Amino acid sequence: MPGIMEMFFNLDIMAQAWPLLLQGLWMTLRLCSVVIGLGLVGGLLLALAATSPRRWLSWPVMALIDLMRALPPLVLLIFVYSGIPFAGVEMSPFVAVAVAFLLNNSAYYAEVYRAGLQSVPAGQSEAARATGLSKAQMLGHVVIPQAVRNVLPDLLSNTIEVVKLTSLASVVSLSELLYQANMARSVTYNSSPLVLAAAIYLVLLWPMVRLVSRYQRKLAL
Amino acid sequence: MNAPAGFQRFVEVFFDGAIIDRYLPDLLSAMVTTLWLGAIIIVTGVAVGLVLACLRSLQVWWLTVPIVMFADILRALPPLVLILIFYFGLPGLGVMMSGPLVLFIVLAAVLAAFCEEIFWAGLTALPRGQWEAGRATGMSFAQTLIWVALPQAVRMGVPSLVNRSLAITKMTALGSVIGVKEVLAVSSSAQAMSGSATPLTMAAAAYLAIFLPAVILARWLERRFSWKV
Amino acid sequence: MAQTPMLEITALEKRFGTVEVLRSIDLKVGRGELVFVIGPSGSGKSTMLRCCNRLEEPTSGSIFIDGRNIVNCPAAELNRLRLQTGMVFQGFHLYPHMSVVRNVMLAQIKALKRDKVTARTRAMDMLDRVGLAHKADAMPSELSGGQQQRVAIARALALNPKVMLFDEPTSALDPELVGSVLKVMKDLRAEGMTMLVVSHEMAFAREAADRVVFMDGGVVVEQGPPEAIFGNPQHDRTRAFLSRVSHHAGAE
Repeated sequence: MPGIMEMFFNLDIMAQAWPLLLQGLWMTLRLCSVVIGLGLVGGLLLALAATSPRRWLSWPVMALIDLMRALPPLVLLIFVYSGIPFAGVEMSPFVAVAVAFLLNNSAYYAEVYRAGLQSVPAGQSEAARATGLSKAQMLGHVVIPQAVRNVLPDLLSNTIEVVKLTSLASVVSLSELLYQANMARSVTYNSSPLVLAAAIYLVLLWPMVRLVSRYQRKLAL
Repeated sequence: MNAPAGFQRFVEVFFDGAIIDRYLPDLLSAMVTTLWLGAIIIVTGVAVGLVLACLRSLQVWWLTVPIVMFADILRALPPLVLILIFYFGLPGLGVMMSGPLVLFIVLAAVLAAFCEEIFWAGLTALPRGQWEAGRATGMSFAQTLIWVALPQAVRMGVPSLVNRSLAITKMTALGSVIGVKEVLAVSSSAQAMSGSATPLTMAAAAYLAIFLPAVILARWLERRFSWKV
Repeated sequence: MAQTPMLEITALEKRFGTVEVLRSIDLKVGRGELVFVIGPSGSGKSTMLRCCNRLEEPTSGSIFIDGRNIVNCPAAELNRLRLQTGMVFQGFHLYPHMSVVRNVMLAQIKALKRDKVTARTRAMDMLDRVGLAHKADAMPSELSGGQQQRVAIARALALNPKVMLFDEPTSALDPELVGSVLKVMKDLRAEGMTMLVVSHEMAFAREAADRVVFMDGGVVVEQGPPEAIFGNPQHDRTRAFLSRVSHHAGAE
């Protein structure tokens, strides 16, 4: 029976798989930048709508956020990826994946922002309005900066989740990091490429995980 | 294609009554699988996380170092990577595990890692005076931990615990990748066989039936516990 | 006083790293005596008090409680020894997740192994003694600061301590709530409880203390009956401290 070293930490196989994994990593990073970038903006817009005093706006948005939080992201992904073509809409795999993750993650980012917006004392917006700032100026210069600062660790921890989430794209054959690693595994009958992919995820995310922990402890004190 | 016809086609593709009838029994049994997997993952994950946080509170390095490593690594790795390594890699070492077992082990471990951090954050946020009050009245470290510190740490962590448990329970859908007959797997294969998108709609509805009440409960808990802090 | 003192501190030293907080403290508290410790902040008085139940570990020296040295006792015995000293904190430190009566019952059940019925009866007695029996089922957050502190005193008393240690028990209270706590302490003294009190309540010290100890820079500068310390202090440092404090009191 082959040993652990040969099955999981086989350097030769890792070296062979390396170029493939690099391509995958590139795709993962591209996906991340789209989903994180648009998610951060979309989430903020959703959060502003959800905390709006106008109920015709806030209630449907809250319902949408809860809906997205209730659906497993993989289900959303499969639904968009294989369901939408039935409705006659053509999408490239990359776009389908990005749309599905964006729907999911904007909702999560929105929840974080919402908590942040609610953590800013009412006196702050009153002071801003009293000094003659417009509503937009109040939000942009007074409320949102404080809200974001209050929930920075949660924004960061959600961003970690987005990066991990992109690994699901392998299920619909988008050639991101995990997909490439799993391909290499099935070709070589050896798990080392998966271990290498795990190592790459660790290098990317471990510093962020540490940062979140440290941040949360500091806030707790 | 005029609008009514388009709408009719949409209904046929996503809400086909005959397909719903055909696959409903399968889907219901798959929901049971998802539910009990979710339940044992939550119970195990929270319990293990609690034990780890308690061990970490002893503050001896040979316990702290492995616990922090475990918590960090499992929080940094995508669960699907671990699932694939366990499911496809371990048989190479002669360790065979069924799909549900792999899914349970990986997700319970990931939840345990997050719970350990949540409980630990609660314990460190506790004012020192609470520990001192317990020790000054003659209670041991363990008694003070169990009766004074932990109840408060758990209370502080409830909203995060609920959210995290939900997020991880939803990942049971990853079981579809390794042949666990849960909701997504059953509806995906139904979709492939029937050539209709309706089973996917059914899957979405099934997950909403399970998780929407949970999401609303989480929101309620968050509000209830937030004014306390 | 022919008997051994209830609390005796000899040659107590405490260092945090290289900082000497306590330098050779000697202090005796007789049975039923109320000893007041005063001094500027940073003088080491709270640290000394916290050494008496080993919330701080003394660097060297001895602390005898009822004739028994608690400094070198093994960790296993420490929990039992701590039952002999009741501690009252500046910040009350009631357990926020338990009702008032359960706060008073917890250590009785867990540390003294009393059964629930006995513990509850004792708790109600103690709450009655501090005038709060009617608040037994309230949560700590529903009480005023003065009431919380009295519950904290009841929690300590319920364990039948030989000595009560008070660490600035009224410093965190609004002025109008201080009186109720001081009254409980006065009642305790009348009942013969031995007490060591770190506090800034000079008027109370003058009225109720058997002895006043002035500490500064980690040493006991002087001690004596309240009329001597307040009326005719022997050391410059004591005089300087007292005049500072009385100015403040006058300003209020």
